[in-house]
Amino acid sequence: MDVVALSRLQFALTTAFHYIFPPLAIGLGLMLVLLERRYLVTKDPDYERVVKFWTRIYGLNFAVGVATGIILEFEFGTNWSTYSRFVGDIFGSPLAAEGVFAFFLESCFLGVLVFGWNRVGPKMHYFSTWMVFLGSILSSIWIIVANSWQQTPAGYHIVERVVNGVTVKRAEITDFWQAVFNPSTVHRLLHVWMAAFILGAFLVMSVAAYFILKKRDEKIWKESFRSALWVGVVFSILVLGSGHFQADMVAKQQPSKLAAFEGLYKTPEGGAPLYLWGLPDDEKQEVKFGLAIPGGLSFLVHGDFSTPVPGLDKFPPDERPDLVAATFLSYHVMVGLGMLFIFYMLLVLFFHWKGTLFQKKWLLRFSVVAVVLPLIANETGWGAAEMGRQPWIVWKLLKTKDAVSPILNEAEVTASLVMFTGLFTILGILWFFLLTRKIRAGLAPAPAPAGGEGSIELELGMGDSSSAAETSSQES
Amino acid sequence: MDFHLLWFLLLGVLLGGYAVLDGFDLGVGILHPFLAKTDAERRIFMNAIGPTWDGNEVWLITFGGALFAAFPDAYATLFSGFYLALMAVLFALILRAVSLEFRSKLQGGFWRSFWDFLFFLGSFLAAVLLGVAGGNVLMGIPIGRNWEFTGNFLTLLRPFPILTGLLTAALLALHGAAFLQLKTAGELRSRINRAARKIYWVFLVLFLAALAWGYMKAPYLKSNFQKYPWAWAVVGAAVLVLLWHYRCLLKEKAGRAFLGSTILTLGAIFLFAFGLFPNILISSTDPAWNMTIYNASSSLQTLKTMAVIAGIGMPVVLIYTAFIYWIFRGKVQLEETSY
Repeated sequence: MDVVALSRLQFALTTAFHYIFPPLAIGLGLMLVLLERRYLVTKDPDYERVVKFWTRIYGLNFAVGVATGIILEFEFGTNWSTYSRFVGDIFGSPLAAEGVFAFFLESCFLGVLVFGWNRVGPKMHYFSTWMVFLGSILSSIWIIVANSWQQTPAGYHIVERVVNGVTVKRAEITDFWQAVFNPSTVHRLLHVWMAAFILGAFLVMSVAAYFILKKRDEKIWKESFRSALWVGVVFSILVLGSGHFQADMVAKQQPSKLAAFEGLYKTPEGGAPLYLWGLPDDEKQEVKFGLAIPGGLSFLVHGDFSTPVPGLDKFPPDERPDLVAATFLSYHVMVGLGMLFIFYMLLVLFFHWKGTLFQKKWLLRFSVVAVVLPLIANETGWGAAEMGRQPWIVWKLLKTKDAVSPILNEAEVTASLVMFTGLFTILGILWFFLLTRKIRAGLAPAPAPAGGEGSIELELGMGDSSSAAETSSQES
Repeated sequence: MDFHLLWFLLLGVLLGGYAVLDGFDLGVGILHPFLAKTDAERRIFMNAIGPTWDGNEVWLITFGGALFAAFPDAYATLFSGFYLALMAVLFALILRAVSLEFRSKLQGGFWRSFWDFLFFLGSFLAAVLLGVAGGNVLMGIPIGRNWEFTGNFLTLLRPFPILTGLLTAALLALHGAAFLQLKTAGELRSRINRAARKIYWVFLVLFLAALAWGYMKAPYLKSNFQKYPWAWAVVGAAVLVLLWHYRCLLKEKAGRAFLGSTILTLGAIFLFAFGLFPNILISSTDPAWNMTIYNASSSLQTLKTMAVIAGIGMPVVLIYTAFIYWIFRGKVQLEETSY
């Protein structure tokens, strides 16, 4: 493989691994805010135990998310230096803003969330939970702004500069807000949020179902299950609408991407079909074993079944995505899972309404493992959006193959790719092992009535800790 | 107002913030296997930085983002040129992060010793590599007409950068020891204090060597001292703080010693930035190809927009960061939520 292919693979690997964690942070963040609010209102100690349980899970996810996220910020420069020179005037600002407005906020208050239980009061802790959640939301805003600008650039002009006697081009900003609110930002942002909220709901329902089946702390887990169910119902339905509007936007802004989503290698006569499933073959340029609604795509895009939708053959060969089959499959897995989520949530809601939900062992067992599905949907959604954008790294402005760092050689990128692959394999296994272990440990035992077990204070060496602490705070 | 200069200064602030805050985290990691003997002591070391290391690392991430936004060409040249070195930095920072998080999750000698070692390795490697990178940037690196790096990984392993790499590790170990003295008590604290007094001399020798060498050989350090003689006052103040810091160590005044090592760390960042100005990257191939804060910057509009973002965001960041440190002030206490 050449440097471009290796760098693409490395970026895909590091992004995909990292992207396990941000939707978890956003989705679980929302659930934490809801559960902790319930604790503040009811003062029910069971809610305190369940919130403490989730903050431990949150802390573990967050640490791996931070460890893997820093790679991405470096990678634009290390592997895509030509891209960085070309877009830095526009693309750098949202990344810097993400640091200033989001990363500091979530990282600083995470300390209080995880370690601050005995240091601050319940209201301050609740405030910190809000700040961590807000930080994860702000972070998603800025990174989606940056990525959406690559998809649908706006608010810029191309400027020629002279560098050491040679003329080079780059994109420079003309209107900051137009770049921020480019045509795809809002659609994509809403979609990402909803997908993350669904993941959060599935995670809480999974763990709750596990303990309901195990008959441990059933009361609080049943309540948690029901809270998450409502989040899941609302957002799994809303995400369908958001997905529709987004596909509509893609049809207008990035028609070759839509063609890749739908496996439209050739522009059909009359209406374009909507594949429910199929297996595209990039060599033969056709979809095998497909089941399609005739004219369905035309209906979704144009509102009638016969208006043509351009296929990939309408675009110059060097402006077509190179991974059509993978794009098609990613997109269809995401859509299919989205449909399944609606069905599942409504089914659970139905049994909840009938009052027999917690007797349906099979449904609870499915709920335990189902959490992996929204994770897959989040990943494939991103995958489809990024693969469908090819061959462009910035839509119609710069191609991916022209964006790589010119000085890199294959050995260097292979070395880093091998390192990340090895590291992520080990990290992924350890993370999953520790996560499931932590979950299985369950809620901490209920606190003893009064003056019971508090913190286990461990003082080392000699001296009274409080007086020593006083001395040091006077000194500093 | 000169927004190019403003962004050079703001990058210095971000780098300084990182060096001071994550600096002591890395220092704690470097000292960890040598000074913390028992499992409880090792937990105290890790929990001293537990609630705040994450936020501290954000200073580096934000520095990277701000460099990208304000001086995209410098970001592109530096990050692609230092490819393998930066991959090693990432590797080190990942090891540091996950060893902090994973170590406490299981009992057991091997599990914990394993993560202890990686915690040390990640911290030490990150400190040395960042110091090596800084030394290279200060001395100038081979940059061609097209602003692309023309060296390779071995180009970076020159004597001066290796010296600054070791200097960085020594400085951060000293700084970490000062921080740990705030966070510990009793015999452990005395042990850290004794170690700090030894590290001090290592740091002093490395610092004076790097200062003399840099003054003679770094292409812009000497001429900038001639152009801006007020900078000698900064050096003079740093020398006084250097002496004062040792006195504080002798008298076991932890707070003052920490203030001293903070000033020394900021002083090192100042000398680094001062030795570059007005360049961001110095071409050792041809001075005409230097990347300066004027020719390698973003458009004026972007620099202004970014100044607004920093002006709104950073004061708020400083306020709540101070607040979080205040919440976790005092000696480390191991609780059920601790690492």
